[in-house]
Amino acid sequence: MNKAFFVLVLMVGLGLAERGSAGEFVVEVTRGQDNAVPIAIVPFAAPGAAAAGAAAAGAADLDVAQIVSNDLARSGRFKAMDRKDMVEEPHAGANISFDDWRRLGNDYIVVGLMSPQGADRYNIAFELFNVLNHQRLLGFQISANRPGLRLASHQIADMIFDKITGIRGAFATRIAYVSVAGSLPNRSYRLIVADADGENPHVVMQSNEPLMSPAWSPDGQSLAYVSFEHRLPTVYVQYLKTGERHVVSAKAGVNQAPAWSPDGKKLALTLSTRDGNLDVYVLDLSTDALTRVTDDPAIDTEPQWSRDGQSLYFTSDRAGGPQIYKVGLQPGDRPRRLTFQGNYNARPRVSPDESQLAFVTQEEGAYRIAVMDLKGRSDVQVLTKGQFDVSPSYAPNGAMIIYASRDRGRGVLALVTPDSRVQERLVSSEGEVQEPAWSPF
Amino acid sequence: MKKIVSIACLFAAAALLAGCPKKATTVEPPVAGSQVPGAGGTSGTGGESTSTSPLGGDAGNVGGAQGAGPNQSVGRIIYFDFDKSDIRPEFAAVISGNAQYLTAHPNARLKLEGNTDERGTREYNIGLGERRAQAVRRALMLQGASESQLTTVSFGAERPAVEGDDEAAWAKNRRVELVYGP
Repeated sequence: MNKAFFVLVLMVGLGLAERGSAGEFVVEVTRGQDNAVPIAIVPFAAPGAAAAGAAAAGAADLDVAQIVSNDLARSGRFKAMDRKDMVEEPHAGANISFDDWRRLGNDYIVVGLMSPQGADRYNIAFELFNVLNHQRLLGFQISANRPGLRLASHQIADMIFDKITGIRGAFATRIAYVSVAGSLPNRSYRLIVADADGENPHVVMQSNEPLMSPAWSPDGQSLAYVSFEHRLPTVYVQYLKTGERHVVSAKAGVNQAPAWSPDGKKLALTLSTRDGNLDVYVLDLSTDALTRVTDDPAIDTEPQWSRDGQSLYFTSDRAGGPQIYKVGLQPGDRPRRLTFQGNYNARPRVSPDESQLAFVTQEEGAYRIAVMDLKGRSDVQVLTKGQFDVSPSYAPNGAMIIYASRDRGRGVLALVTPDSRVQERLVSSEGEVQEPAWSPF
Repeated sequence: MKKIVSIACLFAAAALLAGCPKKATTVEPPVAGSQVPGAGGTSGTGGESTSTSPLGGDAGNVGGAQGAGPNQSVGRIIYFDFDKSDIRPEFAAVISGNAQYLTAHPNARLKLEGNTDERGTREYNIGLGERRAQAVRRALMLQGASESQLTTVSFGAERPAVEGDDEAAWAKNRRVELVYGP
């Protein structure tokens, strides 16, 4: 039984658009973690690649082991061994010289084999071993078609991450973001959905007028966003599979900041009265019933649901500068202020377990990502060091925060762990990227 | 035994499958304005917009039914201080010139486009831009423009006038543009 592989068939990639392997992003680790776990991901062998013709040639241009290695390294919790330092390349547990891998400083090793199954399908067999005690921790076979290989790679990384850290992996998830190209006044705005590593980008919507505030539905199937395509703000919900979309709010004045309720049935959003007073409302998506949540002459905006769907976090400048508040959704509930340090705290995002709030804070004239403990002492910790760090969004496992930053005058995406120990920049090859939103699992 | 474990794993695989991200197979990205009913009751904007440049009324163009705004000597942009929405005294002439025109041309329609610089969060900036547009709206109404002539929109930091990460650029971006239209 120890040697048995368990078959995992992935029916993925149906109708996927093919993209070149050229990545949209290059990852720069700006700050790593000292105690990262050393792991060797040995390149997966592709036996018979030469003989199997087109299928194997297709597989050869996607380096599954490299994607797995990049995923694990990007998490900051792993230090993936450089291939140049590998003295041999075993592809099955029986061929691993554990003592050699241990002497090279590895705690874990992953080996694998990719074999073509017909014209467009591959079987990936991989095993994870503890180098110190030779224990086999994982052994799986994954079958994927050519477009599904990238997803299969992320799922392998998820299984390894989960097995070693005990935290569910989030590599096989996606990010939405807005990309701005062109120079003023002829800008073009694209709403893009890509894999969590920035690869495999797909344009969801494009416009010559601003697109902003993408928000994932809890089932990961739809995005709500704001489009100014008619030179007025309109909130749309778009179903990703078909590209079909519909208007959910196009009232006179402001229609902004959509946020899905945890059950996906409601949208919190910001609307304005005729005299321009912004308040937070809840829209029932099935009945179109609109409930006003806040009622204050100040700017109330950037709503975000609590996990239980019973309250909203939001930004308000009712006390002068913007601060973060929480209000229950029962009639008569009064907003309670949560942030008191500094004069600018805005755009709250709740961690998946709701133990923490990420938001934008002002510090020494700069805008930075901060987190606050929601349970207990409400300590505030500033995580980043940039001048224009905004739009934080938690990975669905809570292990990473993606946000928008600037690098030499250009909008880039960046990552930071909630303990600030790991910091990375995703450098886009073109344009200006902003407003990342991490998908649910 | 072996078989049971295998089956259990298949169930695990199925569970994993259920959690697989559904791929965004965008068939055809909807192009702005192609299939969407007019938002907010506008018509004729068509989606494929160009820039915000004010409609330069030629000096001799009097008596146009819609009116393309006052003589070009009257400014169409009001700039603001950081985090402020009060109208600086130097823009009093812009307010009075446009208010006079609106009073004299009851059919004229004016859109007030509020903007901020890039600093701060995007959605909060939408609020600040709206606040600036409303400040101009109130000032115009105080000088005789009627409520029905005026609409506001806030682009927040999304439509800067100039690029740049310095105060010179920011000062040009903190603005309300007065756009005459149908």
